[in-house]
Amino acid sequence: METIILFAPLVGALICGFGWKLIGERAGMWISTGLVFLAMILSWIVFFSFDGEMRQIPILRFIESGSLATDWAIRLDRLTAIMLIVVTTVSALVHLYSFGYMKDDPEWREGESYLPRFFAYLSFFTFAMLALVTADNLVQMFFGWEGVGVASYLLIGFYYRKPSANAAAIKAFVVNRVGDFGFALGIFALFFLVDSISLDDIFAAVPRIAETQLTFLWGEWNAANLVGVLLFIGAMGKSAQLILHTWLPDAMEGPTPVSALIHAATMVTAGVFLVSRMSPLYEFAPQAAAFVTVIGASTAFFAATVGLVQTDIKRVIAYSTCSQLGYMFVAAGVGMYSAAMFHLLTHAFFKALLFLGAGSVITAMHHEQDMTNYGGLRKKIPYTFWAMMIGTLAITGVGIPLTSIGFAGFLSKDAIIESAWGAGSGYGFWLLVIAAAFTSFYSWRLMFLTFYGEPRGDRHAHEHAHESPMVMLVPLGVLSLGAVFAGMVWYGSFFGKAEQVAEFYGIPLAEVAAGEETAAAAGEGESGHGKAATAEEAAGGEHEVSPFGGRPGEGALYIAPDNLVLEKAHAAPKWVKISPFVAMLLGLAVAVWFYLVNPALPARLAQSQRPLYLFLKNKWYFDELYDAVLVRPLTGLGRVLWKRGDGRIIDGFLNGVAMGVIPFFTRLAGRAQSGFIFTYAFWMVLGLVALITWMSVSGGAN
Amino acid sequence: MDNLLSIVTFIPALAAVILAIFLRGEDEAAQRNAKWVALVATTVTFLVSIAIYTQFDPSDTGFQFVEEGEWLLGLKYKMGVDGISILFVLLTTFIMPLTILASWEVTHRVKEYMIAFLLLETLMLGVFMALDLVLFYLFFEGGLIPMFLIIGIWGGKDRIYASFKFFLYTFIGSVLMLVAIVAMYADAGTTDIPTLLSHEFPSESFSVLGLRIIGGMQTLLWLAFFASFAVKMPMWPFHTWLPDAHVQAPTAGSVVLAAILLKMGGYGFLRFSLPMFPVGSEVLGVLVLWLSAIAIVYTSLVALVQEDMKKLIAYSSVAHMGFVTMGIFTVTQQGVDGAIFQMLSHGFISSALFLIVGVVYDRMHTREIAAYGGLVNRMPVYAMVFMLFTMANVGLPGTSGFVGEFLTLVGIFQVNTWVAAVATSGVIFSAAYALWLYRRVVFGDLIKESLKSIRDMTARERLIFAPLIVMTLLLGVYPSLVTDIIAPSTEALVQQYDKALAAAEAASQIAAN
Repeated sequence: METIILFAPLVGALICGFGWKLIGERAGMWISTGLVFLAMILSWIVFFSFDGEMRQIPILRFIESGSLATDWAIRLDRLTAIMLIVVTTVSALVHLYSFGYMKDDPEWREGESYLPRFFAYLSFFTFAMLALVTADNLVQMFFGWEGVGVASYLLIGFYYRKPSANAAAIKAFVVNRVGDFGFALGIFALFFLVDSISLDDIFAAVPRIAETQLTFLWGEWNAANLVGVLLFIGAMGKSAQLILHTWLPDAMEGPTPVSALIHAATMVTAGVFLVSRMSPLYEFAPQAAAFVTVIGASTAFFAATVGLVQTDIKRVIAYSTCSQLGYMFVAAGVGMYSAAMFHLLTHAFFKALLFLGAGSVITAMHHEQDMTNYGGLRKKIPYTFWAMMIGTLAITGVGIPLTSIGFAGFLSKDAIIESAWGAGSGYGFWLLVIAAAFTSFYSWRLMFLTFYGEPRGDRHAHEHAHESPMVMLVPLGVLSLGAVFAGMVWYGSFFGKAEQVAEFYGIPLAEVAAGEETAAAAGEGESGHGKAATAEEAAGGEHEVSPFGGRPGEGALYIAPDNLVLEKAHAAPKWVKISPFVAMLLGLAVAVWFYLVNPALPARLAQSQRPLYLFLKNKWYFDELYDAVLVRPLTGLGRVLWKRGDGRIIDGFLNGVAMGVIPFFTRLAGRAQSGFIFTYAFWMVLGLVALITWMSVSGGAN
Repeated sequence: MDNLLSIVTFIPALAAVILAIFLRGEDEAAQRNAKWVALVATTVTFLVSIAIYTQFDPSDTGFQFVEEGEWLLGLKYKMGVDGISILFVLLTTFIMPLTILASWEVTHRVKEYMIAFLLLETLMLGVFMALDLVLFYLFFEGGLIPMFLIIGIWGGKDRIYASFKFFLYTFIGSVLMLVAIVAMYADAGTTDIPTLLSHEFPSESFSVLGLRIIGGMQTLLWLAFFASFAVKMPMWPFHTWLPDAHVQAPTAGSVVLAAILLKMGGYGFLRFSLPMFPVGSEVLGVLVLWLSAIAIVYTSLVALVQEDMKKLIAYSSVAHMGFVTMGIFTVTQQGVDGAIFQMLSHGFISSALFLIVGVVYDRMHTREIAAYGGLVNRMPVYAMVFMLFTMANVGLPGTSGFVGEFLTLVGIFQVNTWVAAVATSGVIFSAAYALWLYRRVVFGDLIKESLKSIRDMTARERLIFAPLIVMTLLLGVYPSLVTDIIAPSTEALVQQYDKALAAAEAASQIAAN
């Protein structure tokens, strides 16, 4: 069954991409969509029937060389099962939605066939993403990793006549390659340390790696921390974290369904998945984990600030995605992988919902994306409005404080913020709370600018604004259900009592009697991480041990015995638990004031705080910085190496030798090309004759 | 069949002789006949060579299908293949029919053209099968003559300069190699390669004119062979002949050059430098590693700013060959396996890329990137094939381009993390130049008047690409097809190398005491 889930989208992509001329455009599209729906149904069956026992399903041999042996295989555990439903569900809905959204696309000319290509790419993406999440070794994961990168490249550049789309596509691929550079080095390092890159072997070797020093470049590093950072650099690229985030906003050049599927719900979460998948490693790599937390928190804050002032509806949501991914990394960084996966799941629903809702607005407004030309659309497109409203309630985190009743984002985001506090990460906690206020502000700003107030911009567009067809509204409805209920339904499994979480992920519980020994063993097995925690506990007078047990790799996640984040998060004081809610209210209040009560205020503020406004509007000038520091110098260097290095130095030297030392040959060369070919043959024969003569003479002596 | 290897080697030569003797006239019928004779001969060669593949026993690390005989002046004719060479033989026989097909539109001196290619095939096959040093040298250097002619007669307008440069580089290398061969014969008393492989060349350090040579004679011999092979690869900084040669060569010439001739250097390193001069390799190997890493970054950056499609791909070739030399001189199983894999994979991918340039060159007679743009609008099949090989060229997993790069990098990381980091950064630059090229040629709107009536690929062109596509994907998904064949031989090679080094070490210890 798992094999069918994996390959159904690939088959769909091939049939749709290559076979549509035979079977017709619509047939191809329906086949690819149908196969993804099939994968979705099977995924849900797998998810609900999964018993917590990890299974490996080998498919084919892959790269083998000496002690390096890899297979194409499916690793099915709880993490995989979660990703399966996320990927296939959003993908299936996006396929369906695209029937409506991509119809009569104004980018294309009369009679051009672009739909089968679009659906084939979508299905191919789904396959690559599934290959990534089902990987049993890092090479297969890398295959999926790069495969989704290609699909993303092809889909961002789908409107290949637009120069901006082409540029964005290349940027996405190349920036991701920078991340892959780190990821690849991480894989090489792991192979060097473990002599294998299958996940099982790596997990088993993690305690040993944590005690190993590895010489890498200029220094000696703790191997676990080094590998953790290298792998995370890969995650930073794919998940658009600070420094490597610049491609994601530009990726909005792609059609909106692509943004929903790839650049919101699935591909960009691959980095979070990677860190969670490697939880045994990060549990033993405290510094790498701290790095993850810092980058995640900084990104959450940075992206939220930029989101405040963007006017393109898709870019606002893109920065919002970037920011929410930062939340997930904070959770993973502080050791609460389950909260990261929780937010990944709920975010997939509400962010896909927001993007598809935005797509519905865009079609209604005849492909206008600038929110300053929207306004008052509530009555024109009521279904879209309500869907977006649910999405906004979910992302801003509306719920009843101190209970587990609320929209999806309320539960998962609060879980992360509480985890950050529980882990003692003040930096993470405060930045996330501030980001939560910003999130609320820009999300409501989007709603108010789009659906409330007076219609602005092209009058004609507003008059003809129309609600989207059913194929687009049904996915919105389904995702709305997820955005409302996903948090409440799965709260217990992801962030409830330790027993529930342990059962969900198949993590063995620590035996109470053996608790002391486990802690002692862990103290030995780990470096600073374990000892610091133990010391802290000793000071408290009480010897606390995580309720989770088992060896690294035994469950889908590994929680070290000294990792008490879950308990501490649950025991957080009330003000901590309420703070994101307060932040949300604050953001909402300001948004109401700015965009409903006093709509002239934002422009005045932008005027009076011009430098700050420009700084945010221009996304902290990252693009300009990279262009000046990297792109231009490197192309310049290329030119210098070519003209000077190859041209003047190497060829110059050669010509010097040729003209100076061997004028004999140049004369020949000047005459005719056959001249020196003859010379060449002559020298070769002459040399051989000399050799042979000498050999027969001396050979006789032997 | 006892002399399978000779049959495979000399079928093309026989066809060349037949063409030379029996084909008369320059009319269309004669031209057609010449093409068909060449196509049939190369195809038959390929089919027969499959027999070598099916009968080959990978678990035997020695030479198989060995043939021995005498020819003039007491020189020996000895042929054989092992796990290292057999796949190069197959690569050659696989590529040649495609190059003939790619030359179907040639009209200038067709008979001579076909003869040159057929002779070239025989000589290249000989290189990979020869088990006698002199025989090897003959094939190795002889192969250059038809290549000179192909560039010099059927090449572009600067063909004289290009073939002269090509000549100058290789000449220096070959003279040094000849000297080394004489020295090897003087020391070992034989030119038999299997014997030489187990011969220990002296490695005591000595001084020449006050310059201390660590590793002694082995280092010198290593350097002499290196001069020849490094030019062939080509390694930075001996690479500048390649872009010029490619630009001037006709499409089929570029294909042979990139797919097969470049591989002779890598093959030479594996056949001679590593096993025969382990001490020399140990002394100078780190130099090769750094030259390779520099090559990868340097040529990738240069590729980024090229304005000529063929030059860009030529520079990209140099970068990819950097992975090969790097992999070989890690002397790890992964590195060597990866190097061989990379050479084979590059054989398919670079051929395809040069053919891709050829497709539009045949139509527009220019290779300038700026002359194109928006081809996808009129050439969707072309755009798809080009995309596939662009991705293969940047080493996308699932294509053969990934496996070689990955394995060589796995190998180098175990030896030198600095080189590993520099070389790995190549994956960023390769993506940049390859996608940038693709975008300028294929994407965008088709606005240039001259391109408005350009046609998509013909059936013949699709037929040429089909086998290359199949091989690129097949090896990318199931690399065991290659690694199963080469693994025992490379494993033996690496073990032998380590043993020889240990022995030399011990010997020098004893000498020091």
